[in-house]
Amino acid sequence: MEKPRRGLAVLGFSLLLLLSAAVLYGGFALLRSLSGSKIPAALLAVVWGIGSVVLLYYVLNRGAEMLPRRARRYLLPLVFAGPALALLFWFLVLPTLRTLWLAFFDETSTRFLFLRNFRFAFTDPIMLEGFRNNLLWMVFGTLFCVGLGLVIAVLADRSRWEKLYKAVIFMPMAISFVGAGVIWKFVYSYKGEAAGLQEIGLLNAVAVALGGRAQPWLLLGGWNNLLLIAIMVWLQTGYAMVILSSAIKAVPKELLEAARMDGAGELRIFTGVTIPSIRGTLLTVTTTIVIFSLKLFDIVRVMTGGNWGTNVIANEFYMQQFTYGQTGRASAIAIVLLLAVIPVMVYNLRRFGESRAFK
Amino acid sequence: MEKRGRAGLLGNAILIAICLLWAVPAIGILVTSFRDSRDIFSSGWWTVFPHRAWLKVGEVRVDPAVDVDGPITVEGRTASFEQWREGVRVAADRKLQWYGNKRTRTLIVQELRWRGFSARLNLDNYQGVLSGGRVSFRNAGGDTITRLGNNFSDAVLNSIAVAVPSTLIPILIAAFAAYAFAWMEFPGRKTLFVIVVALLVVPLQIALIPVLRDFMKLRLNGTFLAMWLAHTGFGLPLAVYLLFNYISELPRDIFESAFIDGATPFSMFVRLVLPLSVPALASFAIFQFLWVWNDYLVALIFLGDKHRVLTSSLAAMVGEKGQDWHYLTSGAFLSMLLPLAVFFALQRYFVRGLMAGSVKG
Repeated sequence: MEKPRRGLAVLGFSLLLLLSAAVLYGGFALLRSLSGSKIPAALLAVVWGIGSVVLLYYVLNRGAEMLPRRARRYLLPLVFAGPALALLFWFLVLPTLRTLWLAFFDETSTRFLFLRNFRFAFTDPIMLEGFRNNLLWMVFGTLFCVGLGLVIAVLADRSRWEKLYKAVIFMPMAISFVGAGVIWKFVYSYKGEAAGLQEIGLLNAVAVALGGRAQPWLLLGGWNNLLLIAIMVWLQTGYAMVILSSAIKAVPKELLEAARMDGAGELRIFTGVTIPSIRGTLLTVTTTIVIFSLKLFDIVRVMTGGNWGTNVIANEFYMQQFTYGQTGRASAIAIVLLLAVIPVMVYNLRRFGESRAFK
Repeated sequence: MEKRGRAGLLGNAILIAICLLWAVPAIGILVTSFRDSRDIFSSGWWTVFPHRAWLKVGEVRVDPAVDVDGPITVEGRTASFEQWREGVRVAADRKLQWYGNKRTRTLIVQELRWRGFSARLNLDNYQGVLSGGRVSFRNAGGDTITRLGNNFSDAVLNSIAVAVPSTLIPILIAAFAAYAFAWMEFPGRKTLFVIVVALLVVPLQIALIPVLRDFMKLRLNGTFLAMWLAHTGFGLPLAVYLLFNYISELPRDIFESAFIDGATPFSMFVRLVLPLSVPALASFAIFQFLWVWNDYLVALIFLGDKHRVLTSSLAAMVGEKGQDWHYLTSGAFLSMLLPLAVFFALQRYFVRGLMAGSVKG
């Protein structure tokens, strides 16, 4: 009685396996043949992509459930966590090791150069320029994002129109960096001094209205970096504001009342009570934005392409790999980026260890 | 009981100033996208609003008998040639200005008039950027230029085909994994999760070159599948971390009673965990959707030029066609529509997601 039933189940499962393999491959082949992405192709792609994943889990689980109880206990976690771990391994863990390996070789990945790529990454003038600019991004970008975010969060907290203010400041977070680049191109536009030309850039219009002269803003050494950073501030202040705002709202009311009873002024309360209470959140927001400005790529790529003294490390990575074909150098730059985030990684791990999420 | 006195007034003033600063660049692009292609190059977008500006209304000839080296009297006002060159206001809203050198004997009459009510606003830029066929427009000089449209409608479709699976697939995979980490016993459970936490801040540049090589070998480069895989891989650490935090806090009792009723882990996951985790799933979904939709780097490298998504189309327009600025505006605005809608509709979940995962790399 027991034997034939199991045999039948195995047969059914094999059929299911075959069928799903056919669906997966058939969908892939079909999508490939449908060149020119029109509506049906896009729709089919979406359905096929998501459907395949659902099918995968369903089939794997069916397979695992057919096994005897003991084996099932060991296999089910593999079915549940396995795909995620496999992808993490393929897309993050293994590539990190491979990039480290590639960083020791030349552009064809055959000649061993040992540390020469790293010498480039740490001493080449273009990299030094990148380090300087990334430092500017990290210092000024973070300072303005967190500072403005904090000011807005505190002020809006007392205002009747808090929601409206916050929505306006938060709005750019939904916009792509490329889209933001387009928006700000129109702000920084410069047409030159030829007769009869009216400046169409907002910044130049303001400069002229204030009695100044139109400037090619993005070509001005030094200043252009700050003008690019302004774009990031425009995009990311909303993030700092939202997080800090909810931290401020969580400060116990009694604490504030007590300070007020003691006759402390609002400014004194802010520096003496509010700031210490949200110190942890401030630190988290700051590290997030620092990491963010370290990896910044899109704004510089779109606005200046890294020219006129605005290059950053992530753009140089892109240039080395995809413009100059210098895989070894690009890999070394990627490793430099990784090294730069290691302190934050350690901090995260330590905090995770303290949280005792796994008892 | 609140403190809405002077500090409140000053505070509101500061906030309004900052909000204006924030809104004006975006309003500028919106207004520009509706303007005629000729106007975009020749005047600032703010000129579409009613404003008073000097407008040439005619010319005045100076009598040949008048000595232009001495004082010149026109319309009852006497001034030297240099002063006339600079322009003289003969009335509050009337200005005369000498045109060219002394021999022209011509003054241009300008009057301060209200303008902006008849600004040329239309949908041509939207039509042009969405079209895949040939479009023509007029440049600042008034010449008609015809070239291939930017086919943004294809880019919109590509963006959807990339973004929707790239959002849902990692959620599903991460939810299964988070459930296993939270409620199943298996060897190496803690070590593996520590690796997930460590991967949270790894910059994705580190993975691009090796993954690109794999995709080349598998001939996946330039396909949607490659994009889904890449975005899933890069988004998983945050997804697993966020969902684990939520799923591990679900009450133990419900799992025990379901287990006694004979539910398998799979059916518990589908019937209990997924429905109960909707808030966390939604937070991550919005986060990931905005990230994928706005991503440029990953699309640039793994998708290339064959199936351009919105961001790469826009970036290509910035780079290749400096003169098509009027299309940039409508293109940029179109690319923002969907994320802005998603964002404002589901803002609450998004904020919650930000709070829970403010450690993303």
